[in-house]
Amino acid sequence: MTALSTTTDKVNPLTAGQLPAYVTWAALAGALIVGGLLDTTLLSGFDPGTTAFAAAVIYLPVIYLLSRAVEGRRRAADRLATNLVAGAFLLALLPLISLLWETLSTGLPRFDAKFFSWSMRNVIGAGGGAIHALYGTLIVTGIATLISVPIGLMTAIYLVEYGRGALARGITFFVDVMTGIPSIVAGLFAYALMAIVFGPGTINGLAGSLALSVLMIPIVVRATEELLRIVPNELREASYALGVPKWRTIISVVLPTSISGIVSGVILAIARIIGETAPLMIAAGFTNSINTNPFANPMMTLPVYVYDQYAHPGVQREFYTERAWAGALTLIVLVMVLNLIGRFIAQRFAPKTGR
Amino acid sequence: MKISSIGAPVALFAAAALTLSACAANETANPGTGASGTAAASTLAGKGASSMSAAQQKWIADYQAAHSGVTINYSPDGSGAGREAFISGAVQYAGSDRPFKDEELGKDKFGECTAESNALNLPIYVSPIAVIFNVDGVEELKLDPDTLAGIFAGTITKWNDPKIAATNDGVTLPDASITAVHRSDDSGTTNNFTDYLNQAAPKVWTEAASDTFPTAFGGEAAKGTSAVVDAVTTGKNTIGYADASAAKDLGHAQLKVGEQWLSPTAEAAAKIVDDSEVLPGRAEHDLALKLNRVSKDAYPAVLVSYALVCEIYKDANDAALVKGFIGYAASAEGQKAAAEAAGSAPLSSTMSAKVAAAIDSIK
Amino acid sequence: MTSVTQSTREVTPTPTPEHPVNKARERIGDRVFSGLATGSGVTILLILAMVAGFLLVQAFPALATSPAELEAKGYGQFWSWILPFAWGTVYASFWALLMAVPVAIGIALFISHYAPRRLASSLGYVIDLLAAVPSVVFGLWGSMVLAPAVQPLYLWLNTYLGWIPFFSGQPSGTGRTLLTASIVLAVMILPIITSLSREVFLQTPVLHQEAALALGATRWEMIKMAVLPFGRAGIVSSVMLGLGRALGETMAVAMVLSGAPVITLEILTSQNPNTIAAVIAQNFPEAYGLKTNQLIAGGLTLFVITLVVNSIARLIVSRYKEFSGAN
Repeated sequence: MTALSTTTDKVNPLTAGQLPAYVTWAALAGALIVGGLLDTTLLSGFDPGTTAFAAAVIYLPVIYLLSRAVEGRRRAADRLATNLVAGAFLLALLPLISLLWETLSTGLPRFDAKFFSWSMRNVIGAGGGAIHALYGTLIVTGIATLISVPIGLMTAIYLVEYGRGALARGITFFVDVMTGIPSIVAGLFAYALMAIVFGPGTINGLAGSLALSVLMIPIVVRATEELLRIVPNELREASYALGVPKWRTIISVVLPTSISGIVSGVILAIARIIGETAPLMIAAGFTNSINTNPFANPMMTLPVYVYDQYAHPGVQREFYTERAWAGALTLIVLVMVLNLIGRFIAQRFAPKTGR
Repeated sequence: MKISSIGAPVALFAAAALTLSACAANETANPGTGASGTAAASTLAGKGASSMSAAQQKWIADYQAAHSGVTINYSPDGSGAGREAFISGAVQYAGSDRPFKDEELGKDKFGECTAESNALNLPIYVSPIAVIFNVDGVEELKLDPDTLAGIFAGTITKWNDPKIAATNDGVTLPDASITAVHRSDDSGTTNNFTDYLNQAAPKVWTEAASDTFPTAFGGEAAKGTSAVVDAVTTGKNTIGYADASAAKDLGHAQLKVGEQWLSPTAEAAAKIVDDSEVLPGRAEHDLALKLNRVSKDAYPAVLVSYALVCEIYKDANDAALVKGFIGYAASAEGQKAAAEAAGSAPLSSTMSAKVAAAIDSIK
Repeated sequence: MTSVTQSTREVTPTPTPEHPVNKARERIGDRVFSGLATGSGVTILLILAMVAGFLLVQAFPALATSPAELEAKGYGQFWSWILPFAWGTVYASFWALLMAVPVAIGIALFISHYAPRRLASSLGYVIDLLAAVPSVVFGLWGSMVLAPAVQPLYLWLNTYLGWIPFFSGQPSGTGRTLLTASIVLAVMILPIITSLSREVFLQTPVLHQEAALALGATRWEMIKMAVLPFGRAGIVSSVMLGLGRALGETMAVAMVLSGAPVITLEILTSQNPNTIAAVIAQNFPEAYGLKTNQLIAGGLTLFVITLVVNSIARLIVSRYKEFSGAN
């Protein structure tokens, strides 16, 4: 497909002449220079962002008109589309680069041993760390995983192996609905549940886990269901033919075939929820000290820690801001590592059969 | 792969959470750590104003260091939440940006106090509210009450407005729009600031003092002190109000009191507490103040936060802890520590003595 | 597949003379297992019912308290309180979609049809990196980096394009306006829309594309004729997913937007309509009493809004599905 589509760029001797390749680059360079000049003279001094923007505004119509004059309307439109599509990609890189740069440059100074060994207890101003938040995140996410994986996995098995009729359709529909629950609503649900069962204002790690489970279950169901469906029926039939009961077939044939995908799906689901802030802020609360008991008292988590450092700084703001960015860096690294592990497992241990 | 590896990530998490004994380099493994266990008699719970959260942290750190085995938890959930928790008895003391109103006080109304006990309002934290600004080419700014009220009420919209220029000779004011930033959340800072505007410029500022900034006046809302400071710092041609200590890097406007121009200094702020009268008709040792915002030499926009405590506690241990802890906070030493850590204005020695007498009366 | 499993079910109980007892045990195992599976499915329904139920119970005081009493406590009547925020939620998402959809489809096309094949998957991963960034980090970045950076642009827009209602009014000096919040939202939903549309574009039948090229179409014409029509349902469903995320996004908006309870079309001023999710996040930790109930009622409203949007999305997608081969 790509091989074919590239041929359209080649010179076609039957149609009108084509713009030589250097024209494109010359136009781009020219646009950059003019944009830079405009930026420095007319606007508020040189700035890479504005220059790039001005250059794009100049380059696009120039290359379009040039191409239209030499190559005709259709080729010009094609060129414009190519430029716009490539521009869209570059445009999306801007926030990514800016964000990563800011996180690294501001977060790295405090991304040190103390950050991973100190809590914020009795810390005012400089120093301090996020160990209490790391423990909280591990515990809260761990419990959420323990709740979500069995329910999610069994639901997927039900949908693929057993479900039919109104109940299965209903569950499929409501899993979709659940996917769309805003995270803050999940937090409010956990808060309301705790308030009704244990009395008003009950805030603890378990509540946070419940909130995260509401978000995680549908992700697990979706990921697992898809994988179970691609397990070839020949495998099931072979198992049945040997007289193996259905439940044993599922456990020892269907699940092992798709296990790598399921594990990777679960890890990706963890990566999706580990950065959730709003539900944990509401359900698990804030604290400056380590709390390893999920059943009592607020528990700090990493995303909430980042928000807390940003929103409640003391007198010396710079230390709090640094810690916030260090926490942000930790979170991004954590999510990226989880993503990489998930993808690695999915690729490395992909089933030999199936797709 | 085997079926058991489903549990791998789960086991990983569980193992990490279980096998690593939870500890932080700066936390001792005492049972009270991180938990406001109600069983331990040496635990004190407080809740309330976020304005004095930095000061409370400092006091708690000092007090805990001096009295090992004591754990104090102060959750800066806001004055209203603090007052409610104190009434319900969920906490032994509360921090509040305003004293209890007359109708809120009374015997047998507070969970941790005995039936015949009333609550006491003790001023322990005084902080000047600075009018902060970030305007191109302007280092110093002088604002009289009417102008300041006009800016925040949205009637003065340009920095080169003649009313601003009138009090700022020799300052080049830009021809730019004013962005006035206020608090979006309920706060004692807003209450005290609007109270000042209402007392000093009643013609322009027609709304009474309130915790919420009046929505009719427009302006830009930011959540919490830090967001206000942030918005003013990163913005252009902005003005806002915040605790002076939270905004050291920004310009602080001078406010007009009588014929004087005053900056938000600790001394000028502490002065207003001395010049204000105690609200009449309260318990003997209650120190709820009616702030006098037009007093000579006294910086008028000041936030006074109170510790709300019982006259008589149900539990003698609680009483002893509160007396010790709040006593330390109100002492000259504690006030100095707060001034360093939180930039508050230390209570004058006369006021400090009055608070000490009140704390002595707690049973 | 269903027919296969049904037929095998009949096979299982076939008597095996060697192990007459085994049958019963096998059946118990099957029953227990299918019971567990069905139970899990039902649990999901229960959880959803609980979400709605508990929220309703906790929201009830705010909805049932007489307006006069709410007014006296300074909370205002519920519906007039929630309306500006509901507007802000929808309006901010609208701008986010307006910015994100063209860019996302552009990126998806770039990766599927323009970039060299060897690079395509790594380029896709680069965009997916954006999805790995937690919302609280987007909040930090939006308020500390983006807002000050775009503020001069807003002044420019206001000065030269102020005659367009959206850009009119007195521009904010902080840059923390609805447009900034929408830009952050747009960046956040970009990877969602991109990855889904990319998948669909890649599934376009090669024959269709080759046919278009063979007729002399340029690459762009081929995309217009073959790829986009084929992927329409996929695009719509990905956009709807993005919309769902934008409507419910909390922390990024709460940290970036200077919100106020107003209804306005202007997107550059200091008075921006706040979103429901952001209002809850900003006020919940310090709320007490009726305020908590009011915020939970707000959450319930948001839940209903997202529910309606998602249902509409599913309806659209299922309709398109019948006409095209995309999922």
